[in-house]
Amino acid sequence: MDYVVIGTGPAGVVAAETLRRSDPGGKIKMIGDEPEAPYSRMALPYLLAEDIAEDGTHLRHGSGHFKSLGIDVVQDRVASVSGADGKLSLESGGALGFDRLLIAAGSHAIRPPVPGMDLDGVENCWTLADARRIAAATKPGSRVVLMGAGFIGCIVLEALAARKVELTIVEMEDRMVPRMMNATGGDMIKRWCEGKGVSVLTSTQVESVEKAGDALKVSFKGGEGMDVDLVVCAAGVRPNIAFLEGSGIECGTGVLVDNMLATNVDGIYAAGDIAEGPELITGKKEIHAIQPTASEHGRIAARNMSGYPTHYRGSLSMNVLNTLGLISSSFGQWMGVDGGEETEVADAGRFKYLKLAFRDDVIVGALALGLTQHVGVIRGLIQTGTRLGPWKDRLMQDPHRVMEAYLVRTQGSSYGY
Amino acid sequence: MHKALLIDPAKCTSCLQCEMACSFENEGVFNPAKSRIKIFEFEHGARAIPYTCTQCAEAWCLHACPVEALTRNPDTNAVEVSNDICVGCKVCTIACPFGTVNYNKSSGKVIKCDLCGGDPACAKACPTDAITYVDADWTGYERMQASAVSGHGRPA
Repeated sequence: MDYVVIGTGPAGVVAAETLRRSDPGGKIKMIGDEPEAPYSRMALPYLLAEDIAEDGTHLRHGSGHFKSLGIDVVQDRVASVSGADGKLSLESGGALGFDRLLIAAGSHAIRPPVPGMDLDGVENCWTLADARRIAAATKPGSRVVLMGAGFIGCIVLEALAARKVELTIVEMEDRMVPRMMNATGGDMIKRWCEGKGVSVLTSTQVESVEKAGDALKVSFKGGEGMDVDLVVCAAGVRPNIAFLEGSGIECGTGVLVDNMLATNVDGIYAAGDIAEGPELITGKKEIHAIQPTASEHGRIAARNMSGYPTHYRGSLSMNVLNTLGLISSSFGQWMGVDGGEETEVADAGRFKYLKLAFRDDVIVGALALGLTQHVGVIRGLIQTGTRLGPWKDRLMQDPHRVMEAYLVRTQGSSYGY
Repeated sequence: MHKALLIDPAKCTSCLQCEMACSFENEGVFNPAKSRIKIFEFEHGARAIPYTCTQCAEAWCLHACPVEALTRNPDTNAVEVSNDICVGCKVCTIACPFGTVNYNKSSGKVIKCDLCGGDPACAKACPTDAITYVDADWTGYERMQASAVSGHGRPA
């Protein structure tokens, strides 16, 4: 069997390794377009913060790891895919045939349609090459505007703060991490960051970036501008689906996949940031551009590609963030579901917050600030759909009893409860 | 034959010797907050459950790690954190459905039970045999683990 995996991120790497385990004799080719060993974008902020060296971002550490597994890693770009003939063409020229194809081509960082976003000194923070340029362009005291206070913006914020730059973060929406946190949590994170000396401008749009001598002048809509040394753009990412035009593979925002991670074309699967697949709670197709989903997608897709039918219940959105020492996490349908109930406890003074969302007596989502111990049980309760019975009302009264509820409801029988 | 921690909550008196021993063995301080095993009390202390990682076969934490900082030790079957490789991203702490990987603020990394390399300090410290280190095919252990992972299934 000839397998081709497009992409060398976590989804592609986990898939290639799983293919090797399931099909010891198969031919596996993994194609990536960056001139690097397969690495983790998630680790880039820690490189920028100088916590790790470049090899610390690598997904696998053993020398010759892929070679020893008989996985052929090729640096190239796929120009087009012809689903019906089982063929793809490469930008370097030439074509490749495949019996099974995995599209794990990931996503790219976008820049908002603002004048000046193409100037030198405006960077994304998405690739190793981006991180190298940002590191070279910043030193303690450098003036930096960071555009976007989403999840990625906030981990980049942490890294830039570690580089001791003078930092302003600008967010169009009315709060920080708007897709991972509600107003209560987002406002606490903002106040915490401001207390640590970061200037946070929410409900603020960048109007333009212009050259101003050696500096860049960043202008805000309806407000003053500021001169900075560097603009880092973390305004979101989009799936890399352009090369699939004309392939016959059905796409929405990403590549549409079913519960087997299969596309509409026989033998072609998708995984990771590029895959728009079923969500765990609602079953609706969503893109969850997170490490756990990439790894699960990669493994399940590979099992299905190699002849071991494996059903995927769906991905659960979850994030954990450290903003200058304040740790926050979010899970699933934290905004609540129709007909469900929600409970929350907030202590704004101590930056503590816990919100649980239920459907019947099952937790379907949660938000937490300042919670680092046993936080994974929230995922456990959501993932297993554990019925809480009498514990639902107890949690409605006091959500902090979630660990107790977990122990009694999931492990109680073995302990005589 | 791998060995595993066998936990019998009925014998636990909530003395916290295991937490002290774990913290001292792994962190060099007597600080239950840094223990990888935790005693949870119920009914105002009338019942207690020692709780830690079961080194589950699914290893959700290991699969969620972006930099391969979590690996399984073939000698002990424990999933171990490499402090040199862990970047402190904490994804494993939310991915582990048992909540047994925790962030350690002072090191900026995560901590979890590693069976002390095959000689777990908690089991040695427990005065009532509520925590013992036994052959993994011991029937009671299997029953406990089957219950602990029931419903969680594969990381999917």
